[in-house]
Amino acid sequence: MWTRRLLPALLVAVVAALPLVTSADTSAFAVTLGSRMMLFAIAALSLDLILGYAGMVSFGHAAFIGIGAYAAGILDAENVGDVMIGLPLALVVSALFAGATGYIAIRTKGAAFLMITLAFGQMAFYLANSLDEFGGSDGLTLNNRATVAGADLLSSDLTFYYVILACLVLVFIFLRALVASRFGRVLRSTKEHPLRVAALGYNVDHVRLTAYVIAGAICGLAGYLMANQTEFVSPASMTWQTSGELMFMVILGGMSTLYGPLLGAAVIVGLENFLSGYWEHWPILLGAVYLVAALFARGGIVNLIRGAKP
Amino acid sequence: MSIPLFLVQLLNGLQLGVLLFLVSAGLTLIFGVMGFINLAHGALYMVGAYLAFTLTGVTGSFLLSLLLVFPAMFLLGLGLDTLVFRHFYDRDHLDQVLVTFGLIVILDEAVKMIWGRAPLSVPIPAALSGSITLMDGLLYPAYRLAIIGAGLAVAVLLSILVTRTRAGMLVRAGATNARIVAALGVNIRGLFMLVFGVGAMLAGFSGVMAAPIFALEPGMGDAFLILAFVVIVTGGIGSIRGAFIASLLVGLVDTLGRSFATDLLKLTMSSSAAGRIGPALASMSIYILMAAVLFFRPAGLFPAAGRA
Amino acid sequence: MSDAILRLDRLTKRFGAIAVSDDVTFDVAPGEFHALIGPNGAGKTTLIHQITGVLRPDDGNIFFNGADITRMSLHRRARLGLARSFQITAIIGSLTTLENVALAVQARSGSSYRFLRPVAGERALNDAAMHALAQVGLTARAEVAAGRLSYGEKRSLELAIALALEPKLLVLDEPLAGTGREEGLRLIEILRGLKGKYPILMVEHDMHAVFALADRITVLVYGKVIACDVPAAVRGDQAVRLAYLGDEAA
Repeated sequence: MWTRRLLPALLVAVVAALPLVTSADTSAFAVTLGSRMMLFAIAALSLDLILGYAGMVSFGHAAFIGIGAYAAGILDAENVGDVMIGLPLALVVSALFAGATGYIAIRTKGAAFLMITLAFGQMAFYLANSLDEFGGSDGLTLNNRATVAGADLLSSDLTFYYVILACLVLVFIFLRALVASRFGRVLRSTKEHPLRVAALGYNVDHVRLTAYVIAGAICGLAGYLMANQTEFVSPASMTWQTSGELMFMVILGGMSTLYGPLLGAAVIVGLENFLSGYWEHWPILLGAVYLVAALFARGGIVNLIRGAKP
Repeated sequence: MSIPLFLVQLLNGLQLGVLLFLVSAGLTLIFGVMGFINLAHGALYMVGAYLAFTLTGVTGSFLLSLLLVFPAMFLLGLGLDTLVFRHFYDRDHLDQVLVTFGLIVILDEAVKMIWGRAPLSVPIPAALSGSITLMDGLLYPAYRLAIIGAGLAVAVLLSILVTRTRAGMLVRAGATNARIVAALGVNIRGLFMLVFGVGAMLAGFSGVMAAPIFALEPGMGDAFLILAFVVIVTGGIGSIRGAFIASLLVGLVDTLGRSFATDLLKLTMSSSAAGRIGPALASMSIYILMAAVLFFRPAGLFPAAGRA
Repeated sequence: MSDAILRLDRLTKRFGAIAVSDDVTFDVAPGEFHALIGPNGAGKTTLIHQITGVLRPDDGNIFFNGADITRMSLHRRARLGLARSFQITAIIGSLTTLENVALAVQARSGSSYRFLRPVAGERALNDAAMHALAQVGLTARAEVAAGRLSYGEKRSLELAIALALEPKLLVLDEPLAGTGREEGLRLIEILRGLKGKYPILMVEHDMHAVFALADRITVLVYGKVIACDVPAAVRGDQAVRLAYLGDEAA
């Protein structure tokens, strides 16, 4: 019960207060790092829906980060960078990409789904790379953050931090409701026994595709905000390595818990930030963390805390 | 677009296809027989290439380094199977992906540490450094022809091995149902080791052959791996014949697409529009191919008999 | 014949050179309790797979309530009212007993593309689910995680799920499989209570259940129907005795 009401409120309070109670330098650092953590948390949450709850191992999820990001970047380059245009665009294009690629991928059997999502993710990456007028492989710097119906509300890092927090809270609440809804019950059951669910009369492919599109759109939102936050967009945000990282955020934190992805995103973004300052070849350490997590911590940290079986 | 240019690109496409086949064959066998998704397979290709670099530097002979790579990669494959991966054949795919993904991150960085970030190159062996005149106005590098020839030879050899030898029959049986094969008293552990060793050997061989024509850089295996995934998904997971056909298709579509997409588009639209869309379309061509095949045949072109 | 709930017409399925279903023809009449029996390897499960839509036959047709469902997808057959219970228990272990049945009820009551309201609070679903559980005697275990039920309870849950679909035909694949004597007798009583209320096609090895419940029995041997008649006639049929008992009976 306390996880349902108190814990979320507590977390939000802590995150909201952080920039206000720390000194100026720490505060600025906390805002930047915190924004990054929260944005990856949104992306990881969206992946948890399909990976954790539906059992769909998608290895191309970073493509949606890229789609949302490039929506921001391209609109900015064309001088129409407003949230009223950009946000719906990011969501719609992400949903369309998810719908088209998901339709093909979902009809295939288990292992192939993984490979196909990886391939489509790579396709999006190469597509972004080939956009020479939008920076190609070097990427594109935004002139400024998107305006909100003409108003320059997001230019302050601190304000944007709270906007991101609000988005994260909304996404969390939405997914929590989704998982407990009629749709959620069917979706969760398809993970365990798809044949049984089909034998009840449900079109399992449609259910999975719907979840896939929802997840893609939410991740597109994360990408759109990311590009605005860093005021930069490049294909590097949508590599398959990023897709793998997202998977680890979900798994390390704890699949199908919704809190897991939050924790996982914070830990991995934090680790990267910390390790990269110490050693040039820090990815080896990150890889080692991944290996250890794969070998031993399949239920993730949240389940370790709960004492539940993975 | 001239005929000779088209033929050159056609041959280039075949050459890429053949290199892809060597990597895909091992990947599809390992998945078909052990049910193991080996993301690190691209890294094996990369290791083969870097080994060629070091060995050629040390021995001065490309041929010698090629011969040395075979046993080296076979042993590496055996080692990986026995020490790490064998524990994962029974685990679900997600576990396999996680462990091999972690391994790639480490290997890619380790290669950077040992050989550095800068692209390296291996010289084309002197004996094959010339060009051969195939027809009037058409010169093609001898080395690339050698790749095509070697790759096709390996394909034929593999086909004979799998269909005519006892070990090959066991591989095919194991691909359908490993448990039953083991219950029949066959040394399934030995079979798995053999499959992984051969798969690693083929990937390494591809890396060595590719070394003189592609630049060596950390992460070169990853792009190749994803291409290999496209190949085996399009061809049908577990099918060597499917891998062969799909490899050639993917190699051809990718190479021809990159060369001629813009020109083809110019036939139907303005030059400037074609110039903008062409490169984008070219980079997506093989994925469109994959999507088209899967739309009509979700199990690929030559789906292997169901794996239990 | 034309008002049969289920009609198989010359159904044939080959795996390689072997005909696992060989020109199979029989029907299930409205309200009838029809048993399908045969020695191991006769092809009963393959036949059930073709009827429910897991496999496609190579030849022949299947008619359900007059409609040709031979090529219809699995889930669409279920929507038409063809409810199935599985030989190997197919329940969702992470849901409670009640939720498993509610999932079945949900399939028949409105859209499942509702994303915001919590489904656990839907009284109508839960009430209908409890009703189905009552028919198999599982109401006391409603809140238990289905994965924690005893084997016999799980078999009963299988049945409750099928009932919750308000089926036009119940296809039961070895409902007594693996149950002990007591549990088996209990299930037979439950099935006896359903007799007449729903047309039932039951595959079973338990001869006690078969002869206690069936109105008609179809005997399948090596993919072929060798008898299709009332229990008394089947019991005395020479070919059937030969198939089950070998040369000793002849």
